[in-house]
Amino acid sequence: MSRINIIGAGLAGLSAAIHLAKADIPCSLFSLQISERSQSVLAEGGINGALDTMGEGDVVENHFNDTMKGGVFMADPNAVENLTHGAPEILRWLESIGVPFNMENGNIILRNFGGQKKKRTAYAKSSTGKIIMSAVIDEARKYEAKGLIKRYPHHEFIRLILDGDKCTGARIRDCYTGKMYDYSGAVILCSGGMNGIFPGKTTGTTQNSGDVTATVFSQGVILGNPEMIQYHPTTIGISGKRCLVTEAARGEGGRLYIERNGQKWYFMEEKYPELKNLMPRDVVAREMFFVRRQPDCGDRVYLDMTGLDESVWSRKLSDLREELIKYLNSDPKTVPIHVEEGIHYFMGGIDTDEYHRTNIKDLYAAGECTCQYHGANRLGGNSMLGALFGGKKSAETVISCQYDLSGDEYIPVSEYEPLAEIALPVLIEKISGILLSGLGIVRNKAMLENALGNLSSLRKEREYNHREINRFALAEAMLRGALERRESRGAHYREDYPEKDESYRKTTVARINNGSADISFRTLAERRSHESNS
Amino acid sequence: MKVILEILRRESREKAPYVQKIIYETDDENETVATALNHINNRGDYKDTDNNPVTHIHWECSCMQEKCGACAMIINSKPRLACGSKLKDMGETVKIQPLKKFPAVADLTVDRSIMLENIKTAGLWFEESTKADETVGDISYEASRCLQCGCCLEVCPNFYTGGEFFGMSAAVPLTRIISAVTEKQKKDVYKAYKKHIYEGCGKSLACHDICPANIDIEKLLVNSNGAAVWKRHIGKKKK
Ligand SMILES: Cc1cc2nc3c(=O)[nH]c(=O)nc-3n(C[C@H](O)[C@H](O)[C@H](O)COP(=O)(O)OP(=O)(O)OC[C@H]3O[C@@H](n4cnc5c(N)ncnc54)[C@H](O)[C@@H]3O)c2cc1C
Ligand code: SF4
Ligand code: SF4
Ligand code: FES
Repeated sequence: MSRINIIGAGLAGLSAAIHLAKADIPCSLFSLQISERSQSVLAEGGINGALDTMGEGDVVENHFNDTMKGGVFMADPNAVENLTHGAPEILRWLESIGVPFNMENGNIILRNFGGQKKKRTAYAKSSTGKIIMSAVIDEARKYEAKGLIKRYPHHEFIRLILDGDKCTGARIRDCYTGKMYDYSGAVILCSGGMNGIFPGKTTGTTQNSGDVTATVFSQGVILGNPEMIQYHPTTIGISGKRCLVTEAARGEGGRLYIERNGQKWYFMEEKYPELKNLMPRDVVAREMFFVRRQPDCGDRVYLDMTGLDESVWSRKLSDLREELIKYLNSDPKTVPIHVEEGIHYFMGGIDTDEYHRTNIKDLYAAGECTCQYHGANRLGGNSMLGALFGGKKSAETVISCQYDLSGDEYIPVSEYEPLAEIALPVLIEKISGILLSGLGIVRNKAMLENALGNLSSLRKEREYNHREINRFALAEAMLRGALERRESRGAHYREDYPEKDESYRKTTVARINNGSADISFRTLAERRSHESNS
Repeated sequence: MKVILEILRRESREKAPYVQKIIYETDDENETVATALNHINNRGDYKDTDNNPVTHIHWECSCMQEKCGACAMIINSKPRLACGSKLKDMGETVKIQPLKKFPAVADLTVDRSIMLENIKTAGLWFEESTKADETVGDISYEASRCLQCGCCLEVCPNFYTGGEFFGMSAAVPLTRIISAVTEKQKKDVYKAYKKHIYEGCGKSLACHDICPANIDIEKLLVNSNGAAVWKRHIGKKKK
């Protein structure tokens, strides 16, 4: 009997699997490593939902508005409506599977997070992702014991199996034996963000290589907003990667400053008196970039947490403090820390509709690999939510399709598969360098054209294998998307077009055409009225 | 900084292991065994001390910040996380070997599936809705932190793959279940805990000292033993 094939076992993949299993639909969960090693375990600060346990009169509509505004009105409003309405239920579900959120009198405590006017972020100290994952993994295990979920760790997605415009399965390689199999059935991609195209330069894991997105793009899957890359304002450099300092540090009272004429200048507080240090991430990161360019300012921005109460450190941020002491050899309780912007999240990715369908029939996608919910900038705490909710939503769509699962589960592959060859790390580094030269916090036409020129020269340098060619195409889509979007919005800031332009309030659509990336723009859906949105 | 990496190589489970020595130089004093392995693999043109090419070294990594357990291996005779092992603390010669209690795959990669098999056998999940409120929150939080790295099993005198005793990588997450288990499931969970943990554990706590996540294993054990064996209340007293 065949099964639904889920690629990726982070929050999105697990959520999809659990919700399919609850409906008695068997699925296979493929991932490079076990769920315990997925990027979802790194999430720190928390997860959003308008539970209103803090007596601030928060309502779902506020969450909707903050998410739309944070994403600069570039997300699908109906999808965001579903997400924000579904959020309280997701949090209650997590509570019911035993997630030890920080609680008081049996109620979940909510904290402040960037871009949100009310306390709406549930957390477990500053290891929220790990703690949620442990509970969700155990929940999936219950269905694994019943045979409904089959886990395939150390299994790599190689490519989709397509029949015309329909997806009929996935080619998978067992990394421990090297053997390859074709698994039949509908596919849900939950393969995470594209960190691997910027090796060592992001806060994420090495596991999310970007290969899945690059491959399916080259196979005809449409990408949305590939130029939208989130730089997190507060990261520190550690050996081999950027290490995140959670937004909760600012949510709990941390302040950003730079030295100006020998004085500490708390620039965010002066420039944005309402949300101050908790402006959306795109704004904070850009301000940091600009103040550093000012001639009267120093070249380092600091995060000052010296004013935080002892109880905040012990009850809410103890793990963050331990981590910072380990990496910096100094205590953030007494010494402000030097922070820099670092690549943290990909708002763009596989294009899906609000039901998590892609442009290919029987192919779905959820989680960070998709372009869904976050528009031009993701709010902190909305991404674990998006992964859990998106996984659930994609499962619901699959359930409604009533797939016939009577075929064979898999057949072994004996033919040569060119995509089994990996992309050379030296090349990945080179492409990463080119992308970084064009896709920084501040962009302009010359930078982007220059980067595209360099990319195309590199492309002509030698013969490349299939994965390498796919990476070129993905890189081109990101650069072209940024070049064509002649405006500034969210994470995409063009100094040659510094204003928002209503005519670009559209989804950037990237499509493969003869090996190269075509860019067009698609008008966003209107928000349906409340009543018709059940 | 210049170190000699002495890596136990093995092409596959079927092939015999051998030691390969690589001279590794770096200016970055924060480099870890993990970043060195990545560096060698990424550059691709390293030679060993006998001037043989260094082929791709198989190992697993993911988070590179001690939060996922992927990179557990034996470094200078102790199981540790490669990404948490700074070269400057490891001496002039760094001996790097795969974990020994698990079947070999290739080089430093081993197959740790037995850990997940065991917790499945132990019934590590909640049958019914529950809630880990603040009375048990601290215990549940601590028990949720296990990385499934396997370092504790490596040093445990009583654990072996295929045995009835499942070790700390099962006991720690089971404590999460025990801390908030509902009446209906209690008997089964306690029984599994007694059979697969309590009865086999010598309580030497070698696991406590080695755990790279610094999990307070001793405290979790006291709570789980108390609840499952002595029927004591877990966590803070309810008001
Ligand atoms: C340091 C950090 C802190 C964060 N903090 C927060 C926070 O506080 N709040 C919040 O909401 N969000 C946060 N995020 C973001 C959030 O954690 C992620 O966006 C979210 O967890 C993504 O979940 P996912 O399931 O989509 O992907 P992931 O958890 O990344 O899982 C991807 C899965 O795909 C698999 N995969 C990848 N490639 C392949 C392949 N070729 N073949 C087979 N499998 C493959 C992987 O093995 C993995 O199982 C944070 C992220 C980071 C990095
Ligand atoms: S206390 Fe000793 S016997 Fe028990 S799990 Fe730890 S190392 Fe093994
Ligand atoms: S208890 Fe500690 S040593 Fe054992 S698997 Fe968990 S994290 Fe690793
Ligand atoms: S790579 Fe995650 S613990 Fe070392």
